[in-house]
Amino acid sequence: MTILVLAEHQDTQLDEATAKAVSAAGRMGGDVHVLVAGSGCGAAAEAAARLEGVAKVLLADDPSLANRLAEPVAALVVSLAGGYDALLAPSTTSGKNIMPRVAALLDVMQISDVIAVEGPDLFQRPIYAGNVIQTVRSTDARKVLTVRVSSFPAAAVTAATRPIEAAAISADPARSSFVRSELSGSERPELTGARIVVSGGRALASAENFETVLAPLADRLGAAIGASRAAVDAGYVSNDLQVGQTGKIIAPDLYIACGISGAIQHLAGMKDSKVIVAINKDPEAPIFQVADYGLVADLFEAVPEFHATVAEKMRA
Amino acid sequence: MKVVVAVKRVADPNVKVRALADGSGVDLANVKMTMNPFDEIAVEEAVRLKEAGHATEIVVVSVGPEKSAETLRTALAMGADRGLLVRSDAVVEPLAVAKILKAVAETEKPDLIIVGKQAIDDDANQTGQMLAALLGWGQGTFASKIAIGGAAIEVTREVDGGLQTVNLPLPALVTADLRLNEPRYASLPNIMKAKKKPIDEKTPADYGVAVEPRLTVVRVHEPATRKAGIKVGSVAELVDKLRTEAGVL
Ligand SMILES: Cc1cc2nc3c(=O)[nH]c(=O)nc-3n(C[C@@H](O)[C@H](O)[C@H](O)COP(=O)(O)OP(=O)(O)OC[C@H]3O[C@@H](n4cnc5c(N)ncnc54)[C@H](O)[C@@H]3O)c2cc1C
Ligand SMILES: Cc1cc2nc3c(=O)[nH]c(=O)nc-3n(C[C@H](O)[C@H](O)[C@H](O)COP(=O)(O)OP(=O)(O)OC[C@H]3O[C@@H](n4cnc5c(N)ncnc54)[C@H](O)[C@@H]3O)c2cc1C
Repeated sequence: MTILVLAEHQDTQLDEATAKAVSAAGRMGGDVHVLVAGSGCGAAAEAAARLEGVAKVLLADDPSLANRLAEPVAALVVSLAGGYDALLAPSTTSGKNIMPRVAALLDVMQISDVIAVEGPDLFQRPIYAGNVIQTVRSTDARKVLTVRVSSFPAAAVTAATRPIEAAAISADPARSSFVRSELSGSERPELTGARIVVSGGRALASAENFETVLAPLADRLGAAIGASRAAVDAGYVSNDLQVGQTGKIIAPDLYIACGISGAIQHLAGMKDSKVIVAINKDPEAPIFQVADYGLVADLFEAVPEFHATVAEKMRA
Repeated sequence: MKVVVAVKRVADPNVKVRALADGSGVDLANVKMTMNPFDEIAVEEAVRLKEAGHATEIVVVSVGPEKSAETLRTALAMGADRGLLVRSDAVVEPLAVAKILKAVAETEKPDLIIVGKQAIDDDANQTGQMLAALLGWGQGTFASKIAIGGAAIEVTREVDGGLQTVNLPLPALVTADLRLNEPRYASLPNIMKAKKKPIDEKTPADYGVAVEPRLTVVRVHEPATRKAGIKVGSVAELVDKLRTEAGVL
């Protein structure tokens, strides 16, 4: 069995999601190859070649693959599919955009958001916002799947490096063109990889409060900032910070929910965190049902006090 | 411009769905059903395109059991013009739904298809992308904004790092994300009017699509639930517990 993993990367840099997808692929058994598709993405390919468990890296470096639009990247993956028994990508927005397109072109039913690999054709995936786990067997000869990165450890980085081969570039179907991207770019750790996440809900009430109340605590803890849908919809923070069923699914060591009620759609994104803290002024808020440590308090008092206490303890 | 919107009947998002004790599936008996929330957003966007003079006709399609006609009625009450129910009592996976919708697109010849980004029951997030692939169209997934410009559409997409905008020649496909719009509630007069709007009925076989599933569900179970922990009395106690007991600070 040979598996092709579609790398998640920023051309000059490989994302950790790739290392996690590689370890998921490893659990299916067989050889793992990684496809790095982009423009000026040699550095990402070199990083992929150092991942444990990878046998070979395919490098598709072409201007038509800049920004990784679904149409040209799917055409490329389909052109390479003949040599593989399974095609796999992390379920990032990019993987979710591209892989179903690949699956349809190969007449395969994709298995979305796999959280456990039980065998080469047997997988677990969450449905109903993670309230139920489905174990499915794929009867397709070739498998196409996306994997939830928070469910798999990252493959280790080794000193040894594997061969990098150039892949033939397929013609761009020319059904899409890139206009622009507005990336939020923050100095803070990235939400999906952060060890600690401080998250705010509707109760924060403004963008300023996210910066003046939540951010000092997050920065003191070296944490990423997250948010509920209500906070994103209200424009307090940008969309890429949304945690939940339809936002990012994360499992940090510590998740601190401030002024978040704990709707099922929000819980779907964070309930696998190792330790959950909830600060909410309503003792009946459902978030307390999943919190390891709950504090019934006004966040506008408790969060600054949290910051001050941590600052003091860390100095001591 | 003609717009086709796909709508799915799903369990209400506020219902906590449970696995059946024998692990054969989920218990949907007596569960309130509704239109997939992302599909409400898709319908709303189409209606706004019509109100803005871009769209001339909106056709809503659902694949599912007879009751899916109720979901189509809701879409008609929001402002869609006619409905198409592709009736199937058996399970229809996204790939088969995409094949059916492709056949519908070949007869209806829309300029734009809008579907939800994901259905909140199976959370597959693939039907739209599959449909675009089968039609050979461009796709603007996870859309938070669309702008029609002549023979093309500009779609702003919610991606992991922020926003990405792409330009797609028409015909094209869009999948709706949460912030594309806020769907309206249908007014009573519009609900009455919707009763007279036509809903056509077909079967997957009419389109020559085989719906046999490719995935076999081996087992359905509920994940281990998290136990509620303790309530702490003060911030000092919280920080202390996080340092000494949990060891995460
Ligand atoms: C063995 C098995 C048992 C199943 N049992 C059930 C069950 O009991 N109940 C159940 O609801 N599902 C069941 N399913 C799932 C099922 O019917 C399909 O998988 C589902 O229709 C498509 O997945 P999705 O909605 O998550 O797709 P997504 O790709 O997440 O859907 C995205 C969008 O595509 C459009 N779309 C998707 N499906 C339809 C549709 N049918 N009609 C019109 N537009 C659509 C909508 O616009 C939707 O927002 C079962 C699947 C299997 C394999
Ligand atoms: C299709 C669909 C998809 C969705 N996807 C997501 C998703 O991905 N992520 C997500 O988060 N949501 C999602 N939602 C929305 C979800 O259902 C909730 O509406 C949302 O999570 C609520 O956000 P919130 O907890 O910030 O706001 P609220 O529910 O309004 O809760 C605010 C909380 O703050 C508390 N509070 C108020 N003032 C203070 C104070 N001064 N100090 C302390 N506590 C205070 C209140 O007691 C309350 O518990 C989705 C919904 C749907 C229908």
